[in-house]
Amino acid sequence: MSTTVTEEQIEKLVVESLETFGADADQITREATFEALDIDSLDLAELSQIVHESYGVELKGSDVAEVKTVDDAIKLIAERL
Amino acid sequence: MQPVVVTGVGAVTPLGVGARTLHERWSAGVSGIADGEGACLDFDPSDFLSNKEARRADRFTQLALAACAEALADAGWQDELPYDPERVGCVLGTGVGGIATLTGGQDTLRERGGQYVSPLAVPLMMSNAAAGALSMAHGLQGPSYAVSSACASGAHAIGSALRMLQNGEAHAVVTGGSEAGLTPLARAAFSALDALSASGISRPFDARRDGFVMGEGAAVLVLEREDAARARGARVLGTIKGYGASSDAHHLTAPREDGKGQASAMLAALADARVDATQIDYVNAHGTSTPLNDRAETHAIKLALGEHAQRIPVSSTKSAIGHLLGAAGAVEAVATLLALRDRIAPPTLGLEEPDQGLDLDYVPGAARPLAPGGHGSNADGANGGPVLALSNSFGFGGHNAVLCLEAP
Repeated sequence: MSTTVTEEQIEKLVVESLETFGADADQITREATFEALDIDSLDLAELSQIVHESYGVELKGSDVAEVKTVDDAIKLIAERL
Repeated sequence: MQPVVVTGVGAVTPLGVGARTLHERWSAGVSGIADGEGACLDFDPSDFLSNKEARRADRFTQLALAACAEALADAGWQDELPYDPERVGCVLGTGVGGIATLTGGQDTLRERGGQYVSPLAVPLMMSNAAAGALSMAHGLQGPSYAVSSACASGAHAIGSALRMLQNGEAHAVVTGGSEAGLTPLARAAFSALDALSASGISRPFDARRDGFVMGEGAAVLVLEREDAARARGARVLGTIKGYGASSDAHHLTAPREDGKGQASAMLAALADARVDATQIDYVNAHGTSTPLNDRAETHAIKLALGEHAQRIPVSSTKSAIGHLLGAAGAVEAVATLLALRDRIAPPTLGLEEPDQGLDLDYVPGAARPLAPGGHGSNADGANGGPVLALSNSFGFGGHNAVLCLEAP
């Protein structure tokens, strides 16, 4: 949708989403795994929807299945922009 | 056949959080109905659930989780399951499941488009969501599923749990019912049927009754095989003595006027319990406050119990909390059991002018001590023995489910 979206903005969107899903804010770092944050496939489906709404980027289930950490998610979104 | 006992109960109802709260307030003549509805105003999901758990659960599941936590603690299960988890089942009733999730998803679809409908919509709205959530929350790995028969769902669930235990499929079953249908769609739909009270007053068996008052809530009971419960030294609250079910096969919403279908379920429950009608000390009526139900049910009670019907108290929990739909049978089973234990016949609130021909002892206005076996009886209870009740539940679709409960 736009090349003006920064990685910091993506990070902010991802972190806020994870907090909404119930992840402990103190535990959310770029290196944190979704498993450790108790973020599961349903949460990632919601995240994909939020990303689509915010940036018009569609993430497929097969893309998201490969995502293990917060950093993975941010990079995947950045790649697709 | 191995008896099945109740070792724990929990409830969230319009009278407050807690099974004993329901029992004590109803017995004291308190009504949980305000502005024509029985809402669980005291229930705060954050008291029981993390943010994550709460957003993964429709309100009907949240209510069930809270009632379940209370029931398991009451049974002494708060630390760990007393049995192999694969031997603990879960059967929960609901009329419609997550209706607020369903209508919310529909609003999103219309207003924003299909791509914005939440991936949580299906797992929250499905009618088995509460059964699944209880199983996951407590590691119940035996058979688990939902039972749906409209306003008889809670009673059918308990009956199904009873059979699961009698069939040897489990040592214990967590069972009950849950409903959270106070939504604009449900209000409009029941109003269109003329089923809801226009006055907003629940007064079963009264000549002025004009429909039911919709409520929400949940109740959960822990059932165990008696031998297993005794072996672990559990406190026993009472016994599910029997269960009977039938169908009117008559009309989608109206009961048979002669009450024959309902009476058939009552007789089946008596037969299953191997007790005679004259041993029944109390009937917890379905008592919806609709013109049709209360008349048909009065006929049914007379058909099933004969002359004994005139000797025992019959009262309606719905007079105090409204109609909890798929949760009603479970909430009323809990209320009945606790009333039996305290030897109290709780009241039918709001009943001042019994309708013509509705001539049973409906315990109008205020609770009374329960006279075991009815007036002038020499039944077991009169001599300090156990006391027995029937709890009636009937649903749209012509589904009838009756439980026979015993308290020591």
